[in-house]
Amino acid sequence: MSSIPMEYYLILSAFMFAVGVTGVLIRRNAIVVFMCIELMLNAANLTLVTFSSYMGNPAGQIFVFFVMTVAAAEAAVGLAIIIAIFRNKLTVNIDEINIFKW
Amino acid sequence: MNLEIILFILLATIAAVTSVLMITRKNAVISAVFLVLNFFALAGLYLLLNAQFISVVQIIVYAGAIMVLFLFVLMLLRTENENQILTDKKPIKYFAVLITVFVFLQLVFLIFKGEPSRDLTPDEIASINTGTIQNIGRELYTNYIIPFEAAGFLLLAATIGAIVLAKKKFE
Repeated sequence: MSSIPMEYYLILSAFMFAVGVTGVLIRRNAIVVFMCIELMLNAANLTLVTFSSYMGNPAGQIFVFFVMTVAAAEAAVGLAIIIAIFRNKLTVNIDEINIFKW
Repeated sequence: MNLEIILFILLATIAAVTSVLMITRKNAVISAVFLVLNFFALAGLYLLLNAQFISVVQIIVYAGAIMVLFLFVLMLLRTENENQILTDKKPIKYFAVLITVFVFLQLVFLIFKGEPSRDLTPDEIASINTGTIQNIGRELYTNYIIPFEAAGFLLLAATIGAIVLAKKKFE
């Protein structure tokens, strides 16, 4: 652990977060957009675990545990919403789901 | 070059490459499989960081439960391939990439602007057991018991919510 500088982990995490943002912005499939959100959550988790273990404080890892709980709940409800939308509009393309746009 | 650095480079490369491949594949199922690989690489990185419990939970919850849910939904909803991810030349996409590059550079700038990391003190090396299941469990059931119960309640609410939303008709 001591042989790898902390910055390496942080840069990997920043890179994964940036890729997740790109995915949310350029993809049009609602499920893939969801997966990109999971990727961003994981990038944030990596930062938390890095700080937690380089500072010897378990609070960061417990926070990651709660983030995972919320991510599981979010995935279940979000996918249920996508199924409900698909049942009504027969598509998951977010360009065609524009019922609230004016 | 010791084993730790080699493992870090290997796992970090896998994580970075699979994340890029994930957002550029046309087929959503292949994207999901790359995301699973990414989660496995992250679990390895957590092990390198001495976070054993988080590493195991990452594989069980993320690579196991959440991604299976995603793949099931992808299987149920027949979605067409997106053929225009990279060839589409809409200006809004350039704008999106520009924003992302800006976000990334900002993060890197902040990482290096902060105090540079130093070698661990003996005190911190003694805390190498931070991530063991005993340590996490003790913290979770003493100092964090109320958030823990709240998380359980949240999962119950999410289960009921998902069933209600995915039901055939909701009145």
